[in-house]
Amino acid sequence: MANKLSLKIITPTRNMFEGEVDMVVMRTKSGDVGILHGHQPMVTILDYGVLTIKNDGEDRQAAVLGGFAEISSEGMSVLTDAAEWSNEIDVVRAEQAKERAEARLKTVQANIDVQRAELSLKRALVRLSLGGRK
Amino acid sequence: MASMRDIKRRIKSVSSTQQITKAMNLVASSKLNRAKARFNDTKPFFSATQRVIGNVVKGSKGVSSIFMRESEGKKTLVVVVTGDRGLCGGYNSNVCKTGMEIISKKADACVIAVGNKAREFFRHKNVKIAEAYRDVSEKPSYSEAYTIGQKIIDMYEKGEADEVYFVYTEFITTLTNEPKAIKLLPLDPEDFKGDDSEPHSSTLTIYEPDEEAVLDYVIPKYINTVLFGGMVESAVCELSSRMTAMDSATENASEMIEHLNLVYNRVRQGAITQEITEIVSGSNALE
Repeated sequence: MANKLSLKIITPTRNMFEGEVDMVVMRTKSGDVGILHGHQPMVTILDYGVLTIKNDGEDRQAAVLGGFAEISSEGMSVLTDAAEWSNEIDVVRAEQAKERAEARLKTVQANIDVQRAELSLKRALVRLSLGGRK
Repeated sequence: MASMRDIKRRIKSVSSTQQITKAMNLVASSKLNRAKARFNDTKPFFSATQRVIGNVVKGSKGVSSIFMRESEGKKTLVVVVTGDRGLCGGYNSNVCKTGMEIISKKADACVIAVGNKAREFFRHKNVKIAEAYRDVSEKPSYSEAYTIGQKIIDMYEKGEADEVYFVYTEFITTLTNEPKAIKLLPLDPEDFKGDDSEPHSSTLTIYEPDEEAVLDYVIPKYINTVLFGGMVESAVCELSSRMTAMDSATENASEMIEHLNLVYNRVRQGAITQEITEIVSGSNALE
């Protein structure tokens, strides 16, 4: 395969991934999008979701929690606040976070708490969806 | 002249101080290595975010964002990053002075103090403190930068501040670092035009959902990133200036001990000479 997409995944604290891949599938605000080599330049906002890297018939998955992706002629960079490979996810912690968030949503208080609880529930669900099927 | 016992006591106290400064120097230098590694890890994210904003700003003429509106500079917010603790040379006071310079030029200014020393300094100067954060300086995390960024954006959106400056310390080498002030908000599109080396096909770029949404999303991210980068850099500076300060303190203590030893020996010699003179004169008197 000559035509590969060069991909970088960067979080504030580390360079998570840098290399050539066949295809990237990610969850944007408007749905799942797959990116191949030679894509038109694009900037898109990412939702909380699973990012799949397809390379030589192998899949590698990561939980990506927000951020944005930039695709230019040189390649693609994913900039995110937090991201974890599927094997790095702490399932127990995510499970606890999920329960906590659900409990908080049941006892509705101020508006801002609901938003925060919903966000942390979303984060926990993304992590669990990956961590569970390792 | 001080008595022998006094000098002895003095030497003891200086050398125990020296032990402390030496230990602090070692602690700071090992922490510095770790902080430097963190600093290098944050760089790529920072430059990539800046590039994306640059591309969006350049490629999209006439996009309006509240983060780019003209400001009158009436209500100024200054974010100052210092350490929580002293004993690091001029590090804390240099940053605070730079912050104060901006504040003294503005009619209405308030401060977000990151680090204990900034809070103490501005409280002493009677500057209004909008918010103070502590226990962040040595090992800043992104979530802390996020909290601070959120606070800034909140104040900006509510109109409690219409321009925001960020004062931190720039790391040049281990021996030199300089306080630096940058304007965080409103964002000046001109700032991003300079770093354009390759001609960009930005007119063809797709923005999802649209340019303004991307800008409104990316700019707060950018602010968080700048804050985080500045905090990490300041941590490196704090540790390096503590290291140099403690290094010179240890050296000064050595010099002082050397000098005190000299005085001590001289006093001891004097006492012995005196004793001999007394004995000799005593035996002379008996003869």
